[in-house]
Amino acid sequence: MAATTETVEQVRAVTEQKYKYGFTTDIEADVAPKGLNEDIVRFISAKKEEPEWLLEWRLKAFRVWQEMEEPRHWAKLSYPPIDYQDAHYYAAPKMKDRPKSLDEVDPELLKTYEKLGIPLREQEILAGVEGSEGRSPAIAVDAVFDSVSVATTFKAKLEEMGIIFCSISEAVHKCPELVQKYLGSVVPYTDNFYATLNCAVFTDGSFVYIPKGVRCPMELSTYFRINQANTGQFERTLIIADEGSYVSYLEGCTAPKRDENQLHAAVVELVALDDAQIKYSTVQNWYPGNEEGVGGIYNFVTKRGACRGRNSKISWTQVETGSAITWKYPSCILQGDNSVGEFYSVAITNNFQQADTGTKMIHIGKNTRSTIVSKGISAGRAQQTYRGLVKILPKAEGARNHTQCDSLLIGDQCGAHTVPYIENRNRTARVEHEATTAKISEDQLFYCRQRGLSEEDAVSLIVNGFCKEVLKELPMEFAVEAQKLVGISLEGSVG
Amino acid sequence: MATTTLTKAPRGYDPAAAKPFLEQLDRVKGGLPGGGLSWLDGLRAQGRARFAELGLPTVKNESWRYTNLRTLDKLAFQPATDAGDDVRFDVLPTVRADGATGPRLVFVDGRFRAELSSTAGLPAGVELLNLADALTRKPDLVAGHLGRIAAPDDLALVALNTAFLADGPVLHVPRGVTVEETIELVFVSVGSEAQPTAFHPRGLIVAEAESRAVIVEHHVGLGSCTTLSNGVTEVFVGAGASVHHYKIQREQADAFHLSHTAAKVAGKGVYDNFILTTGAKLSRNEVRSVLDGEEGDTHVSGAYMVRGGQHVDTTTFIDHAQPCCTSREVYKGVIDDQARAVFQGKIIVRPGAQKTDGYQQNRALLLSDTAEIDAKPELEIYADDVKCSHGATVGELDDDQLFYLRARGIDKATARGLLIGAFLAEALEEIAEESVRDAFQSYVADWQNAR
Repeated sequence: MAATTETVEQVRAVTEQKYKYGFTTDIEADVAPKGLNEDIVRFISAKKEEPEWLLEWRLKAFRVWQEMEEPRHWAKLSYPPIDYQDAHYYAAPKMKDRPKSLDEVDPELLKTYEKLGIPLREQEILAGVEGSEGRSPAIAVDAVFDSVSVATTFKAKLEEMGIIFCSISEAVHKCPELVQKYLGSVVPYTDNFYATLNCAVFTDGSFVYIPKGVRCPMELSTYFRINQANTGQFERTLIIADEGSYVSYLEGCTAPKRDENQLHAAVVELVALDDAQIKYSTVQNWYPGNEEGVGGIYNFVTKRGACRGRNSKISWTQVETGSAITWKYPSCILQGDNSVGEFYSVAITNNFQQADTGTKMIHIGKNTRSTIVSKGISAGRAQQTYRGLVKILPKAEGARNHTQCDSLLIGDQCGAHTVPYIENRNRTARVEHEATTAKISEDQLFYCRQRGLSEEDAVSLIVNGFCKEVLKELPMEFAVEAQKLVGISLEGSVG
Repeated sequence: MATTTLTKAPRGYDPAAAKPFLEQLDRVKGGLPGGGLSWLDGLRAQGRARFAELGLPTVKNESWRYTNLRTLDKLAFQPATDAGDDVRFDVLPTVRADGATGPRLVFVDGRFRAELSSTAGLPAGVELLNLADALTRKPDLVAGHLGRIAAPDDLALVALNTAFLADGPVLHVPRGVTVEETIELVFVSVGSEAQPTAFHPRGLIVAEAESRAVIVEHHVGLGSCTTLSNGVTEVFVGAGASVHHYKIQREQADAFHLSHTAAKVAGKGVYDNFILTTGAKLSRNEVRSVLDGEEGDTHVSGAYMVRGGQHVDTTTFIDHAQPCCTSREVYKGVIDDQARAVFQGKIIVRPGAQKTDGYQQNRALLLSDTAEIDAKPELEIYADDVKCSHGATVGELDDDQLFYLRARGIDKATARGLLIGAFLAEALEEIAEESVRDAFQSYVADWQNAR
């Protein structure tokens, strides 16, 4: 026991190191006045030069949202009331048109990316300088800096294959019929409080369309950053994989240090048609607040994928280490026969972080299969909940689900909770759910320490082992970063 | 505080649904036993006020999301009258192999039937009597216990029961006494042709330190009237005491059976609960066990078999409030036709309840294309040195196992029966008392034969 206490202390010392990405960039922003009303919605829409139908859709959402009640009763989260009128709903970095060369890119912006150490360091690519693609790594990045997509790389190469990868505001102009057809088709504007708010005020996000039979040759990636103080960020991502196509999409997040809580309510919609596959990976490392629980991002995200076609597949992988509040349930609607849904999650909460996260697997079609692997690590005074639903509808003959939820507790001040819902209305379906809760065993620690590992390294090693099932699902580009992140997050929280 | 206390009406209740029950209460309350005892009047008033505030839970209530009580609204239940006192019985259910009468209390529509009851064979000092009698003759026996675990401010149906608190079984086992004979509590629902009948049996079991008792509850129905049994039982398990509490519910097809059992287990105490359900149109068994002293142990298990339009809900709550306790739950169920089963099992490990060992398993077999199971096994853990796990599986009979039996010349129906029996037997194994286990096995066989 003594050893554990010591470890906890050590870990605490390490965890409380300053948030690595806590800096802000001073860029003159084009900011909407504080508050939320129909005029703001119109302002955003006008800024984006959106067509009438989209403005109407936003306004419908806004009207519905006003009637909605903030869902505060069921999630195991506690936070002070959010004043939705006390935030800016639009902030765009000041930029002249589109950067045509490096000189036109705001140097402050480049510095920010440099500090983040993200693959955007190829500044030519960021600026979209022609001919730079050949020398860059095989990742296409759509960088979202606050609310406006700053640069999109690899465009030409992707365009050759017919792949559309751009910001959603660009897509509204470029391929309005696709946007109109699919936007809101998975997460309708009436869906839930945060998603509806997003529908009304979303400022930007990514749009991906993979044409029939195309296998996207590179990982598509977006780095989100919240920069402007007091700005809610409302990203909207829409990915459509047409028949027989494949795409792997990475989403990574870091945020500068802020004392005021920042609201983030993103919506991600995925559509997979016949034989299509979408792999969506997230590493979320937003500012979690300080060791006293002050500050940090409030992250209310609605992510949902629809396996519309036969034999389609959607796979969610997430590594959640950041945010003060996480409210997130990436889900799959398994509509097509033989479609497959997967959810792999590692969530680490430390200090005063709270996370209520999980998934929904809705089995509609025949022989649909789903796998859920959730690993939760709770340390400090953090509270973490896995909340998941597996629903088998009467026509989902031969449906299969396997769920594994494991929790690891570090220290006696934290909590780890598991709330799975299983609803089965088909005799031939088989649903299995397993959950365990434990702590790092003294034996494992002793074994590692005996071989000369420091306590911290030992904890990191053990926890990485605990999460391995999930981390191995991440694309190569992310796996290393994620492993490090697990180590770092645990340094502060585990041990 | 070991129990959850709600201070004001939360969402998920329909206060309007309280009205008919409150009107009935106003008609009968003058005649409730023990009236005039200030603590009792206060308790009933508290129950009434809370129920008036809440009404019945709706499906918006997290704990009731899968069980809809709206049908209760439409049925204007009336309190049971003395009409049922004339009902004669040729035979009453028992787990005794020889059919002899041991210590037992019999209640018909919630009303005590002294001539059918017996306290024969009980050791000296053990009290076994009905609550109405206790409230009139020995109020001190129950005063310190009633409403202490199942507090009326806690849950709507407990509040309703408390408002109507009148009769039910009372067992008091003094320190160090072991009751060898199995105590049987028989509840018969008869009802009335004229109108739906409601009753609210209230039970109290107090096992003092180092004592031991085995209790079997039989809930049966006669005829086909609509009845509502809204029972609450409080069980106090003293230090080192052990209480084995078994229940079989096979009420008539139009019965509504709502039951709340709340146990509190002191250090090194053992509370063992098993519920077998085959009857009633809608039933809900809510079992709450609080491990309130170190090294306590609780087993909360059960089996259910439902068919037709039956709805069975099992909701358990195991509260590890102190360190070094163990809990074990094994539930298995078979669902046929359009029947629906609900399992909600929650284990909470409070801060400081280190060295907790919690295990929960829940399995269901769907036998038809229209059957449904909804399960929600839940863990809420605030201590790190614990071992907690739960498992849930839902599916149909294994084809390989069926094939194995059929390949040996066993016809399909028999093979299925064997597999279903074996599936349920695994849960029945949880019953420590052999005589009870054998009796419960035969109820399972009866259900199978009627299939």
